[in-house]
Amino acid sequence: MSESNLAKILKAGHFAFTGELGPPRGANVDHVREKAAPLKGMVDSVNITDNQTAMVRMSSWAAALIAIQEGLEPNYQMVCRDRNRLAMQADILGAYAHGIRNMLCLSGDHQQFGDHPNAKGVYDIDSIQLIGMTKRMRDEGLFLSGAKMDGAPQMFIGAAANPFAEPFEWRVHRLAKKIEAGADFIQTQCIYNMEKMREWIRQANDMGLTEKTYILAGVTPMKSLGMARYMKSKVPGMDVPDDVIKRLQGVDKKKQADEGIKMACEQIEEFKEMKGVAGVHLMAIEWEHRVPEIAELAGVLPRPQV
Amino acid sequence: MVKAKRKPLEEIKQAIQDYTRVLNIGCGGCVSVCLAGGQKEVNLLNAKLNLVLKNDNRATRVDGFTVERQCNEAFLADLDARVARYDGLMSMACGAGVQLLAERYPDKPVFPAVNTIAIGIDRQIGVYEERCRACGECVLGYTGGICPITRCAKGLFNGPCGGTNDGNCEISKDIPCAWQDIYNRLKAQNRLDDIKKIKPAMQWQNQTRRLVVQDEYASRYKDK
Repeated sequence: MSESNLAKILKAGHFAFTGELGPPRGANVDHVREKAAPLKGMVDSVNITDNQTAMVRMSSWAAALIAIQEGLEPNYQMVCRDRNRLAMQADILGAYAHGIRNMLCLSGDHQQFGDHPNAKGVYDIDSIQLIGMTKRMRDEGLFLSGAKMDGAPQMFIGAAANPFAEPFEWRVHRLAKKIEAGADFIQTQCIYNMEKMREWIRQANDMGLTEKTYILAGVTPMKSLGMARYMKSKVPGMDVPDDVIKRLQGVDKKKQADEGIKMACEQIEEFKEMKGVAGVHLMAIEWEHRVPEIAELAGVLPRPQV
Repeated sequence: MVKAKRKPLEEIKQAIQDYTRVLNIGCGGCVSVCLAGGQKEVNLLNAKLNLVLKNDNRATRVDGFTVERQCNEAFLADLDARVARYDGLMSMACGAGVQLLAERYPDKPVFPAVNTIAIGIDRQIGVYEERCRACGECVLGYTGGICPITRCAKGLFNGPCGGTNDGNCEISKDIPCAWQDIYNRLKAQNRLDDIKKIKPAMQWQNQTRRLVVQDEYASRYKDK
C-alpha cells in the first residue's frame, strides 16, 4: 500500500499546502464531490472534519473515502468526544484498510456547542492519548490493551496546536507532549496574531521541537468584516488582533473578501520563510471553490509530485 | 458529601397521586446538610403536596418520617412498623438511600423526590459545587488538587485544550478552565514537571458496580 503523499512532500523538504473539507449535514454525496472538485491538484492533503462544532455530519471516514474517489488525499480527523477507545481503534483499522493514510487527532469541540447539547460526551481518552495509541498501533502493531493485531495501520499522525490560547507559556510544552506522544505533523489553529505566532515558533525552535515534527501554520482568509468580528468575539481560543479588524474596515464592503485573501497570502509568504514552519494548512471555511485562486495568489502552485 | 436537589413539585405529584397513603422518608445525612432532603425539607414538601393534592381532589395524603441515615439498614429498622400502613413510599435521600429503601420493602413502590447531583463542597448556604465523580482512580496528586475529570468539561488528562478563553472553559465564560487552574497552581508550587509527563489512558474503574471492602476488614468476609 502507498505511503501518505503529505508525508512524502514533507520528508522531501517541500513547503506543504493542505486544505479542508467539511462533510455535509446529510447523505448528499454530490455535495462532497462538488466541494472536492476545486481542491484537486491544489493541495497535498485535505482535512475531512469530524462532526465539527459538534454538529452531526456525514462521518469523516466516509467523506474521506469519497474524497479518495475524487482524487484527493484525505487527512482523516478524529475527535475524542464521540467514541471510546474500542471504536477509535476499530475506525483507524477500517480507515487504513480503505486507503486513508493521514489522521488528525483532536479532543473535539464540546457537545454543548452543537445540535445535540445533552449528548453524553465520551472523552474516554484525550487527544494526546489518541496520538500515542495510534503510534503504538502503527509502530508496534499493538492495541492499547497490549494485544497484538493482524496488520498494523501505517498512519501519518497529525495533531492540532493552538499557539494563542491561554496559558500561552504552556502551549509550547503541550506541543512537546504531542510530539513525544507521536505527532508526525502539527496543524495550528487559524493564525491572525502573527506576533504571537512568531514567538511560539521561536520557543518551539529553541526547544528543538521543529526538528522532531512538521508544523503547518493554519490560515483562514477572512471573507468579511462580519466574519472577523465573529471570530474575534465568539470563537473560543481565537486571537484576532484589532489591526486585522481595522484593515478590513478600511476597504469597501465589496472588496473585503479580496482584502482577506490578500492578507492570507501575505501571511503565507511570511510562513514560507519562517524557520520551523514546514507548510500551511488553509482552512477556507465553506469557500472550497476559491482555493484554486488563493493557491495561485499564494504562489504554492503547482504542487510538487513526489 | 453527596449533593442533591429536590425534583419539581409537579413531577413528584404525578408520581404519587394514584396512591392513597404515602410516606415521605427524609434522611439526616448528606441531603440534610445540603438542604434538600432532611426533616425540614420533608415537612415543607409534604405541606405543599398535601395542598395541591387536596386542590386536585385527590385522596392521596402524605406523611413524613426522617431517619438518621437511609444508606444503612440499621437506621431503617425504625421504619418497618410504620411502612406497613402505607401503599406508597417516597424518599428524599440520595440514590443510594432510595435503593436501600426499595430493597428493604420490595413490595412497596418507592419514588425519589430528589435528584442526586454530585459529590461536592458547600460554597454558600444553599450553594454547592461538584468536585468529585468517584472515578475510583484519584489523580489529584498529579493535578495540583484540581480534578480534571470533574472540572474539565472534556475530562482531559493532558490539558488544557485549545478552547481556553481568558482563563475560562470554551463552554462558558462563567466556568473557569480546570487546566488553567491546574497550571497556575503547579507553577506556583514549582511543580510543572508533573504535567509535562504524558498521563496515559485512564483505566476506568467505574464502569461496573463497585464493592468496597476495606483491607482491615476483608478477613471477616473471606468465606462469604
